[in-house]
Amino acid sequence: MVIAWAIGSLLLLLVLVGSYRTLAAGHYTGGQWFDFVVFGLAQGGIYALIALGYTMVYGVLRMINFAHGEVFMSGAFSAFFLANALARRGFLASNPVLSLLVLMAFAALVSMTIAVILERVAYRPLRGAPRLVPLITAVGASFFLQYTFRGLFGSGVRVYPTVPLLEGAIFGIQTKLIVVFLGALATLGILWAFLTFTRTGLAIRAVAEDMEAAALMGVDVNRAISSTFAVGGAMAGVAGVLYALVFAQVQFFMGFLPGIKAFTSAVLGGIGNLPGAALGGLVLGLVESVGPSLFLDGLGIPAAHQLKDVIAFTILVLILIFRPTGILGERLGSRV
Amino acid sequence: MRRALTFGLIGSIVAWHLSLVGLVAAFAERWLIGQSLTFSYVVLLALILLVGYLTARRVSDWTGLAGAALAGLVVGLALWILALIVTEVNLRDAFVAASPSLAQILTFDRGVSVPSLAILLLIGAATGLIGGGIAWIPATGRRIVIGALSVTVLVGLLRDVLGPVLPPFLMRFLFSPGGGLSLPGAVIVLGLAIAIPVMRSGLRMQRVRQKGVLPARVLRRRRLALRALGVVFFVSFPLWAKLFLSNVADFVGLYILMGLGLNLVLGFAGLLDLGYVAFFAIGAYSMAVLTSPELGAFTLGFWTALPIAVAITVFSGILIGLPVLRMRGDYLAIATLGFGEIVRLLVLSDWLKPHLGGAQGVTRIARPVLGPFVIDRPQEYYYLILIGCGLGWFLSVRLRDSRIGRAWMAIREDEDVAQAMGINRVTAKLLAFATGASMGGLSGALFASLVNSVIPQSFSLLVSINVVALLVLGGIGSLPGVLVGALALVGLPELLREFQEYRLLVYGAVLIAMMIFRPAGLWPEETRVRELEEAAEEARETARTGVVAASQDGV
Amino acid sequence: MLLEARKVTKRFGGVVALSDLDLQVEEQTIHSIIGPNGAGKTTFFNCVTGFLVPDEGEILLDSQPITGLRPDQIARLGIARTYQTIRLFRFLTVLDNVLIGLHPHVHYGILDAVIRSRRYHRSERAAAREARELLRYLGLAGKEFVVANNLSYGDQRRLEIARALALRPRLLLLDEPTAGMNPYETGQMITLIRRLRDERGMTILLIEHDMKVVMNISDLVTVLDFGEKIAEGKPAEVQANPLVIEAYLGRGAASGLGTIAAQAPRDESMPNASS
Repeated sequence: MVIAWAIGSLLLLLVLVGSYRTLAAGHYTGGQWFDFVVFGLAQGGIYALIALGYTMVYGVLRMINFAHGEVFMSGAFSAFFLANALARRGFLASNPVLSLLVLMAFAALVSMTIAVILERVAYRPLRGAPRLVPLITAVGASFFLQYTFRGLFGSGVRVYPTVPLLEGAIFGIQTKLIVVFLGALATLGILWAFLTFTRTGLAIRAVAEDMEAAALMGVDVNRAISSTFAVGGAMAGVAGVLYALVFAQVQFFMGFLPGIKAFTSAVLGGIGNLPGAALGGLVLGLVESVGPSLFLDGLGIPAAHQLKDVIAFTILVLILIFRPTGILGERLGSRV
Repeated sequence: MRRALTFGLIGSIVAWHLSLVGLVAAFAERWLIGQSLTFSYVVLLALILLVGYLTARRVSDWTGLAGAALAGLVVGLALWILALIVTEVNLRDAFVAASPSLAQILTFDRGVSVPSLAILLLIGAATGLIGGGIAWIPATGRRIVIGALSVTVLVGLLRDVLGPVLPPFLMRFLFSPGGGLSLPGAVIVLGLAIAIPVMRSGLRMQRVRQKGVLPARVLRRRRLALRALGVVFFVSFPLWAKLFLSNVADFVGLYILMGLGLNLVLGFAGLLDLGYVAFFAIGAYSMAVLTSPELGAFTLGFWTALPIAVAITVFSGILIGLPVLRMRGDYLAIATLGFGEIVRLLVLSDWLKPHLGGAQGVTRIARPVLGPFVIDRPQEYYYLILIGCGLGWFLSVRLRDSRIGRAWMAIREDEDVAQAMGINRVTAKLLAFATGASMGGLSGALFASLVNSVIPQSFSLLVSINVVALLVLGGIGSLPGVLVGALALVGLPELLREFQEYRLLVYGAVLIAMMIFRPAGLWPEETRVRELEEAAEEARETARTGVVAASQDGV
Repeated sequence: MLLEARKVTKRFGGVVALSDLDLQVEEQTIHSIIGPNGAGKTTFFNCVTGFLVPDEGEILLDSQPITGLRPDQIARLGIARTYQTIRLFRFLTVLDNVLIGLHPHVHYGILDAVIRSRRYHRSERAAAREARELLRYLGLAGKEFVVANNLSYGDQRRLEIARALALRPRLLLLDEPTAGMNPYETGQMITLIRRLRDERGMTILLIEHDMKVVMNISDLVTVLDFGEKIAEGKPAEVQANPLVIEAYLGRGAASGLGTIAAQAPRDESMPNASS
């Protein structure tokens, strides 16, 4: 443990020194920093949406749904075909807001379906098995989904059609980033309302609190778990469309990194803790966007942006080592 | 009735999935029986057989068979409908595999028509019926039938592999020139594959009836003979296997070595390490950096570099292990995955390019020199890898049957209780991690020298998943399982090039299916219990004759 | 005094599981801890074995403080335990279970294991002999190679004790050893516990719900309620203590302690309910 703390302190020192030297050198203008922050927030909003799926499933089943990144991918990928069709008919240009809503709804539906099937086929038969067993299954499911999509739709990168309305900038901020961030916030709001005010939401929270007690109180546990996967899947689907707006492309492997990062966000905020996951997503998005330029440039590391994933993974590992309960603390009952 | 429809529907979905991901069409050129049966059909027919089997299982009256036929019929119908859709609607923009040729394959080259519908329904129903029939055969017979069918398919698939090995006249007789078995060849292989086990089980029954149970000494002698045969096989392998097969064997061997290493960590100590590739990478890169003149830091010889590379890996194993070993199981898996990715990304980065070669990697890695010989052909590397695997196996057995192995198993089964038994969990886990790392590092160092270069792409997460999958398939914790898993998941895909594309799809399915249906794996370690009993009996025997209890050799 | 707890306090959030508990266990005695559910009995075991660290107070073994030591260190100092719900290594053989208990007493290094040195053989043979001797002592001879999971319930309980004994402990903590047993098996268990004290000179600290067992074998009984010691003494004294009767009566039992045994909350002692 002493060694671990030493490594941790060393890393912290490096971050501080790097930041100081970057700022002192003045490579970047204020405008650039602003862009980094905006981009980080938009990206963080997407992570937050995916992270909620991890955290909800963990809250209910105490398992890491490793395939959640692929649920996200499947939404983004399927919506691509619809977006293409809409763009060809000019609908995307003439009715951008409606088209985006339709796209999100479609992606949410696809992701939701896949998440629910995943739970039914791969996880339900293993409920109650030792922790590693469903995790191995989840890893298997992750690759199964990835390579199913690769087989079905090919291994190439598909370019999303652009939405003309979102191409401009407002107050010097790219419109699409604003839309993505606000879209993420709105979806978070809907989730909160769903969990707070609906019967299904109540059932999910009850099962997260205590599965056996909930079952005794007449909650249909299987249904509540299915709903959890459905809701998590829907959020991931919406995140998929938002992601496609920012990066404008889809590919079968696209779910892996956002998946891991969203998991990092969930752990960062305290797994099982819904507000924690949202906050964790934003923090991670920011750190990842600002980090390479801020910490690493100053240390004289060339092409620092290549290491942005290293930063995310380092945060993941450090959090798991030093504070596995996250910033806000683990809260397995998912009271919102 | 409902059951039949349910299974038929599930089967249809699977059939659509297999067709649309391209798996069916990929095997269109791979003949099982020359000019009449391609592997595409084998896949589809096997699926229908399975559906029929599952439908009829545990239903003891004739409705079971009828249901099996119905389920098969449904799948046949589904295939025809898919063919219809594929011909009528152009889906190729989205579904890359939905080509006219897929429709041709699905309809047995008859096009989408009423006759082809009839044929498909008929074939579906008949195959389903056969599948149902298999469910009705008693267990021993069933095992023989299924085994024989699998052997026949395997022999047909491995034609190109067996080709150089078999004498030409046999080759000409058994196989068809265009690929696959010849029709008489198929009949003979199938016949033999049924006859041999039938005769064997008959003989065994007879002997048991005569003498009761076989005495331990006979069993032991037989095991020794088998082991000797195995040694001869493995040692002589490159002499008759030629270049291509040796190459495949090398890769299988490297994976076996990794599998043995991860087995110590996952199988014995119960720690799921999803970043095992990190050790493989560290071993390979250590070898590269220590020997390649390209980087110029060191230019050591292979034999000097090898132990250093392994030592570096062990050290990094301890370094990674120290912080993560306190975590609970699922967090450990993710943290190790993180470490694996960090290693890969760092190696790939421009930052470390001067030291590690960046995206282009490092070439000109040292070859092992033995006196006047330079080992540089795959056939020669084979022996190096064989020794490595032997070493790994030996170490695994010796550690497993010691207090250290027992401590690992205790931790795997119940960490709290293990601690209450005086086991220091950190030391024990660290030891597992370090030993496992050493094998991964050795594998990596050998790999680097074998392919003579390292590039970051060779060290992706997929390697880790591969190793986990082969352990799961063979049986977590089982040493022979590592062998079986590596042969099936690394060997087969290397031999069947068309299969490469779908490798990970199959791995994924294997992981899910094994965990749900057969968590102990194909070759579980349960034999060990019986083994121990035999050992005890022997010990008693020798004790009676006054000899010092013989040390029992593991496995 | 073999074991001594001084003012041990343990809290979980706002709940006080143990408060200022003083307890002394005399060498070569059978000492029982009783009390209603949630009285802190198992928490106390967890503190003694090092799985929980008390918030206040200290625990001494043979006048040496052991608070704050790791569980494996405490085990090596001579404290072994069994569990309320059986916790065997279920998929290992009976012999392996006991051999794992012998872990601290089998001395050889990795190198010995790899080359199978003479030291390895000697230690392994001695360990196997001791393990078999223990199994015979507990009436499990002949079942060495049975997978623990396949043993009968009573045998599993005995195997758990055999495994604990393999540690060669000075103090044995038994958490409800007769839970879920029928009267015949219970009788056997009582005999066994006595034999452990009389033949092996063992000191035994016992949590038990079955008052017949407690009154039958204990040299000393301590009664806990809400984490506090409310009585201590010989079985007969405790039985007559009004505080004790009240603690139990308050929870709805009707008459003397004999029937309380049957009516005391039994849910945690049922093997199935708590697994």
